[in-house]
Amino acid sequence: MGKATREAFGEALLELAEAHPELVVLDADLSKSTMTQAFAKKYPKRHLELGIAEQNMIGVAAGLALCGKTPVLTSFACFLIGRLETIRVSAAYNDTNVKLVGTHAGLGIGEDGTSQMGLEDVGAMRSLPHMTILQPADAAETRQAVEWMLAHKGPVYLRLTRQKMDDVHGPDYKFKLGRADVIWEPSPKPKSFQATVFASGGPVPCAVAAAKDLLPRGFNVRVVNAGTLLPFDDDAVARFAADSARLVTVEDHNVTGGLGSAVCEAAAQRGLGVRVVRLGARDFGESATPSQLYDKYGLSAPHVAEACLRNLD
Amino acid sequence: MPAATVAAQDLKTLTKQMRVDIIRMIEAAGSGHPGGSLSIIDTLAVLYTKFLKFDPANPSWEDRDRVILSKGHACPALYTVMAYMGYFPREQLMTLRKLGSPLQGHPDRRFLPGIEASTGSLGQGLSIAIGMAVAAKMDAKDWRTYCILGDGELQEGQVWEALMSAPKFGVGGLTVIVDHNNGQIDGPVSEIMPIESVVEKLSSFGWSVAAIDGHDFAQIEGALSAAKESQRPFAIVAKTVKGKGVSFMENVIDWHGRAPKKEEADRAVAEILRG
Repeated sequence: MGKATREAFGEALLELAEAHPELVVLDADLSKSTMTQAFAKKYPKRHLELGIAEQNMIGVAAGLALCGKTPVLTSFACFLIGRLETIRVSAAYNDTNVKLVGTHAGLGIGEDGTSQMGLEDVGAMRSLPHMTILQPADAAETRQAVEWMLAHKGPVYLRLTRQKMDDVHGPDYKFKLGRADVIWEPSPKPKSFQATVFASGGPVPCAVAAAKDLLPRGFNVRVVNAGTLLPFDDDAVARFAADSARLVTVEDHNVTGGLGSAVCEAAAQRGLGVRVVRLGARDFGESATPSQLYDKYGLSAPHVAEACLRNLD
Repeated sequence: MPAATVAAQDLKTLTKQMRVDIIRMIEAAGSGHPGGSLSIIDTLAVLYTKFLKFDPANPSWEDRDRVILSKGHACPALYTVMAYMGYFPREQLMTLRKLGSPLQGHPDRRFLPGIEASTGSLGQGLSIAIGMAVAAKMDAKDWRTYCILGDGELQEGQVWEALMSAPKFGVGGLTVIVDHNNGQIDGPVSEIMPIESVVEKLSSFGWSVAAIDGHDFAQIEGALSAAKESQRPFAIVAKTVKGKGVSFMENVIDWHGRAPKKEEADRAVAEILRG
């Protein structure tokens, strides 16, 4: 088991701080959880603690950005999206260089329960002009996504996990904005697939486990990591729909508005005529361990495997 | 560019003409907010003519002072002052709210150079202004940030998050002006959701506060001078009259957000020029 993407994010900030003198980090009383404490300790003059006041944090970040700083603000995904209108006007409409980092995404926060779970954030963020949405799957991808984010001019939403994640990328991995990468497929590559699974964030390891499990049962399944949710890799949907009997999406987010919607929109817009089976939350969550919740809410490997084989509706 | 110097007498003449332009541009637009524009115009005129560092030929000049009109609906007043300061020709004021005009219904930095932040959703401007003031402090720059809030706007929770944070960051370069005209869309602020005692509230939040008559040029100038000297964030609570200068608009809530018809505008203009 590798690092949680929030941990990789905190390390990346430290690594990149010297190369980005304009980088300023803002927190709203969750820096211990969002992993910005090391940065705050090493660069106190470049860190602002705003207290439990996310709207003000977003606005202050927008003001810093309008004066040439590169502000990175953090909170739990659910608390950021609760301030959508401030994000919309102060950060996005003003076309600022604000980087919003939402951690503890989805059911993966576990025992803290529903009020702490960002389950609708991607759907809301995806409707904002000028926004870019990144959801890296492992430490290597997170490190490079943060590097890309700091170099990019414009608002970015980076969605990170509380839970530890498997390393799914090889040593040669190169982050490219807007690209959905194949992270696992049978070797040698078959001519056609029972399914291509688009996964993002927390459930990526579940998708890989499902594909590996299905191979000896005679089913070829490809797993694609959708690390960029906006702009979305519509071409990948078309490419993989061409050789797959179906597409499956799995995300730690409501099935409305996030990855599942993005894949359906691409498939419909391109007239692909492919079935898309969406896995994700369809309700609010509850308290339990993350793996128990992934089981109960249909994101774990057996659910992904089942979705590859039959329709769930 | 150093601020132009305008004598008090000139300010009176100048703001009369500005009031006429505000009435005419809202009349031409067929919609807009005269009440709050007429209440803040005197302060804006003093700020731009006597205090602000800016260069209309280079609106993004790095060392300029920043103005955030958080009560964005009063933009007819801001646009008028900007036109007089040379940001764009006065004739353009008559394009307010029309397709393709840089003079949007609420300030939009995408379309009009010199607008520091797009505003209009009340409660958000002060946080942005604080971010700017913090940036200036981080870079040891001496340019200043001014933020204009409506009194009804103080009902927004984000404003109090922001007010709480500015003293912590020690941004002496930040000045807030509250346009205290006691009017909002649904009625008097004192009835809709009272904000008093706003001076005591701001003081207790750690701000230096001056309470002034927002239509008295000497008092406005005195308060802005005091703000400039202050080491702490400084708030000016400017007691104003909504619709100031037009008797049938003064303190009449209906004129918060409705445009005068031609006959009404003519009457208003005649009265302003007489007054």
